[in-house]
Amino acid sequence: MSNISRDDVANLAKLARIDMSDSELDHLSNELAVILDAVARVQEVAGADVPPTSHPLPLKNVFRADEVRPSLTPEEALSGAPAQEEQRFKVPQILGEE
Amino acid sequence: MIQKTAIEMAAALKAGEISSVELTQAHLDQITKVDSQVHAFLHIDTEGAISQARAIDEKRNSGVELPPLAGVPLALKDVMTQKGIPTTCGSKMLEGWRPPYDSTVVTRLKENGVVILGKTNMDEFAMGSSTENSAYGPTHNPWDLTRIPGGSGGGSSAALAAFEAPLAIGTDTGGSIRQPAAVTGTVGVKPTYGGVSRYGLVAFSSSLDQAGPCARTVLDAAYLHEAIGGYDKLDSTSINAPVPPVVAAAKDGNVKGMKIGVIKELQGDGYQPGVLKLFNESLELLAQQGAEIVEVSCKYFDYALAAYYLIAPSECSSNLARFDAMRYGMRVGSGSAEDVMNLTRQAGFGREVKRRIILGTYALSSGYYDAYYGSAQKVRTLISRDFENAFKLADVLVSPTAPTTAFKIGEKANDPIAMYLNDIATIPTNLAGIGGMSLPSGLAEEDGLPAGFQIMAPAMQDDRMYKVGSALEAALLAKWGQPILASAPKLGAK
Repeated sequence: MSNISRDDVANLAKLARIDMSDSELDHLSNELAVILDAVARVQEVAGADVPPTSHPLPLKNVFRADEVRPSLTPEEALSGAPAQEEQRFKVPQILGEE
Repeated sequence: MIQKTAIEMAAALKAGEISSVELTQAHLDQITKVDSQVHAFLHIDTEGAISQARAIDEKRNSGVELPPLAGVPLALKDVMTQKGIPTTCGSKMLEGWRPPYDSTVVTRLKENGVVILGKTNMDEFAMGSSTENSAYGPTHNPWDLTRIPGGSGGGSSAALAAFEAPLAIGTDTGGSIRQPAAVTGTVGVKPTYGGVSRYGLVAFSSSLDQAGPCARTVLDAAYLHEAIGGYDKLDSTSINAPVPPVVAAAKDGNVKGMKIGVIKELQGDGYQPGVLKLFNESLELLAQQGAEIVEVSCKYFDYALAAYYLIAPSECSSNLARFDAMRYGMRVGSGSAEDVMNLTRQAGFGREVKRRIILGTYALSSGYYDAYYGSAQKVRTLISRDFENAFKLADVLVSPTAPTTAFKIGEKANDPIAMYLNDIATIPTNLAGIGGMSLPSGLAEEDGLPAGFQIMAPAMQDDRMYKVGSALEAALLAKWGQPILASAPKLGAK
């Protein structure tokens, strides 16, 4: 059985910025152990000689010309904003007072 | 008229037998009649649809030559942005959000004169195989309202099966177009990765996500595929090549001399006997039309599900970081930005989405990255090689689409591993980036519910799926004497 503790899950939830409830943490630590056991099988065949594939297509950077062209108006871009002020997204404080 | 195929509707429109406004209204009426039971739609755009239809009628009356699907209605999966129309992805996180732009798929639908009826239900952020993970309640399978319509695109498949729309758009990350098609007796195609633009498709797992056509016939799907497919400069992973000739292939349907490879690993244990029986009967019909059936082995497919449930959650944990309560979507609580993010993501995401974000965060964390995400990427290579080798022996590969027919709503909701097994036959194609189609193979003898036949083709050879699909569909139609959906129970007003 994969060794994943409730504290591990709590730390992952913190990293993922999800304020999980105690009961969710309990439940998920049990579920994750089962799921990780099932998916750990990939290690059986992932030999050092096998190159990884991150994407089905050979990816390359695609550049466009640096030209002015029509885009969303400020009103459109802000249309879904939870809060706005002076044509800008209004967000909670990010930095401390200092 | 609503029971006809999209192409028959298009012909009636062209001949002036019906107007697009009348056709659209007939579908809106059917939605009013049956959707309280089916719950295929999250949003119905009555006014927008009628006004689009009216515009098409006016163009047609003025003698303008219109594209083939002009005036035909369609249901859009709620993962695609449509300007000004609510787009929720089945999540509370995006409740009430009206995107300020059209996805490329929507732009092309509009250019083709396709009338968009509304947005269809789905598992939250396309994570699921049953549509039970929608924050807005499950969709019910028109064949049996106590059963799931597949997922994540269960709203689109149910809308087709309930004659609420003749065409629909789906997206397929691990089977979300094909498995819903299989369990509702409809047709669904996941094109080659990069074949249809992802611009405006809310991302779940970017290296796997692919939009595609859903319909009731192979030919209808082909027309929709041609309408939405092709290069888009707004998607840097879009393939810059012509759309494969899918309509011509669907019209041709000649499989004489084609080699059809049966994948040994995608049958046997875990597959419902009635589903396998229908699969074998379909093979027999293809053989009778001159196709050569060969068996192929893809030995690493046994690892595909495990690789998928590391890669998709890893990419999702990164993609869904954008839901940070700052620029759009839900915002909950007060305090620091971090507090607000924590509270919003807790309130906005459902159980399966959280489960996958945490799993992905784990698989990508330092110390575990190589063992989990890194190993899964290597399995992805092995699966692509399996396909390459198999396509040396066969023109297309085939399997049952899903191991079982539709299960009961609630039956697997508390067992994630059992739920994930639904996608065992569809996931390999997403990992390799190739195309896959599902079409109905018949009704399983155990339960009288539809099963799906899956056809897979090499990258950018999507036309081969349509050729084989069309041949099988014609043979099955001749055998049954009527389309499969003619055997579905009639949904009445409630």
